[in-house]
Parts: sequence; C-alpha cells; structure tokens
Amino acid sequence: MAEQRTALAHQFDDLAQQYEASHLGMWAFLLTELMFFGGLFVGYTVYRTAYLAGFVEGSQYLEVPLGTLNTAVLISSSLTMALAVHAARVGRRQILIRCLLLTMLLGLVFLGVKGYEYWQKYHESLAPGVRFNYAGPSARAVELFLIFYFVMTGLHALHMIIGLGLLTVLVLLAWRGVFSAAYHTPVEVIGLYWHFVDIVWIFLYPLLYLIG
Amino acid sequence: MAETIVPPRTYYWVYGTLLTLTLLTWGAFHLRLPHALALIVALTIAISKALLVVLFFMHVRYSSWLTWVFVGAGMAWLGHMLILTMSDYVTRGTVPGW
Repeated sequence: MAEQRTALAHQFDDLAQQYEASHLGMWAFLLTELMFFGGLFVGYTVYRTAYLAGFVEGSQYLEVPLGTLNTAVLISSSLTMALAVHAARVGRRQILIRCLLLTMLLGLVFLGVKGYEYWQKYHESLAPGVRFNYAGPSARAVELFLIFYFVMTGLHALHMIIGLGLLTVLVLLAWRGVFSAAYHTPVEVIGLYWHFVDIVWIFLYPLLYLIG
Repeated sequence: MAETIVPPRTYYWVYGTLLTLTLLTWGAFHLRLPHALALIVALTIAISKALLVVLFFMHVRYSSWLTWVFVGAGMAWLGHMLILTMSDYVTRGTVPGW
C-alpha cells in the first residue's frame, strides 16, 4: 500500500476546515480567471455592439458543426471529470484512473478539432497578423472579429493544455495510489478548474459561432 | 463542511440536459430569429448550462454558504464590469452637450 495521506496540516482545526480552505482557495483563483476572461468578453461586447454587421459577416467563416461537436466533446469531458471526482470520493482507484484518461482523451479531441479549424483559417487567409487577405466594405470589422476569435479561443485552448498537464500529474499520482476516500483534494480542485474551462467554452460557442 | 457523495445518476441527468440545451441553442440558431432575440435565446441557454455545471459538476449546490459567497462575488463583479462599461458605450452621444 502506498502512502495514505489523511494528515491534517497544523494550521487547520480539523479535516473539514482543511477541505473547505483548499476549495475556497481554488474558487478564489477561478474568480481571477473569471475576471481575466471577463475582460475579453466585455471587449468583445463593446466591439460587437459597434460593428455588428462585420461581426456577423466574420462569424459566417466559422464552421458551426465543428463548434457544436467541440461543445459536445467538452461537455462529455466535464462528465468524465465529475465521475473521476466521484470515483476518488468513494476510493475506486481503477475507475478514477480510467475517468481521468478519458477526460484527457476528450480534451485532446477538442484540441485536435480546434487545431484543424485554425489550419483551415490559415489556408483561407483568414488568420489576422499571420495570413489575412479579405476584401469588402466590412474587411476591418471582419478582421477584428477574427482577432477576438483567435485570442479568446487561443487562451481557452492554452487553459486546456495546462489542464491536460495537470490531469497527467493526477493520473500518475492515482497510479501510485496516493489518493483514497480520505485524501483526494487535488482531484477535487483540478476538477473545478476543468469545469471552469468548460464554462468559458459554453459562452464562447454561441458568441463566436452562432451570431446572425 | 464535509463533502457530499452525489450519486452518478445525477451527473448523467445533468449531462443529458447539457447536451439537450446544446442542441436547442444550435436549433434556435437555424431559426434565423431577429438579432436581439437570437442573442437573448443564446445567452439564456448558455447561462442555464453554466449554472448546471456550477451547481452540480462543481458541487456548489452541496457546498458551504462561504462558497456561495465566493461564486456570487465573482458573478457580481463580472456583472459590474459588463454593465458599467456598456452603460457608457451604449449611451454615448445620447446626452445633449456631452
């Protein structure tokens, strides 16, 4: 049997308080993330209000079926993450590892589809700053929309990549038998992070793909 | 507060609802509603989906009041940022002499 951590750190009164503190710490971090993405969403709203026609025109170039597919993929990965946390809580190591691996697989599928979409935009000369060639009265607004598209989905994808790194660590720790029904806080808080990244996409999908 | 073991059945229900809502928002898009109405429909569905994830997948429904305060504070500040910024941009040029 590998190490079984149930130890109470000296600054806490009891395990319940320790549990609460780690959760609130993660929530505090997620709130800073909310303000970080929130700034982008507000910027998007300001420019969408100012250049609605250009934004509608720009979003025609996004592939709605791929965006919808990715939404389903990410929601599925949230389900497997929730099931992983459940497995950790009831101390089922095999199920925990399988659910974490499944979550990673779905995350990779999401990034694969995203990468294909980026590649497509590059080939259609719709990648502002890299390869952009677009004529028409709304060209500047279309470019602005695509900048928001790349920055927002790019930062979201970066969060996914970080999430995949964190999940890799969780799988290794779970493999070594570190987690038990008594100690599994890392699974819980990384789960919160993964769900948060899912929520960001839940808003990106209608705001970028489904305009007009 | 100690953790509550949520039965996986609940997660499957939430998952099914999330997928249904995704199909709904996709279907609503194909109705080609007027722009403002389409935005309201899309955002209502997105907010409902986010709430389901926060309450069930992130266990806020089963969490302490302090967690609720944290989550509420996040939403409140996001609301401040959005509403105060937009109240400026949307009303520019509507006040005579400014």
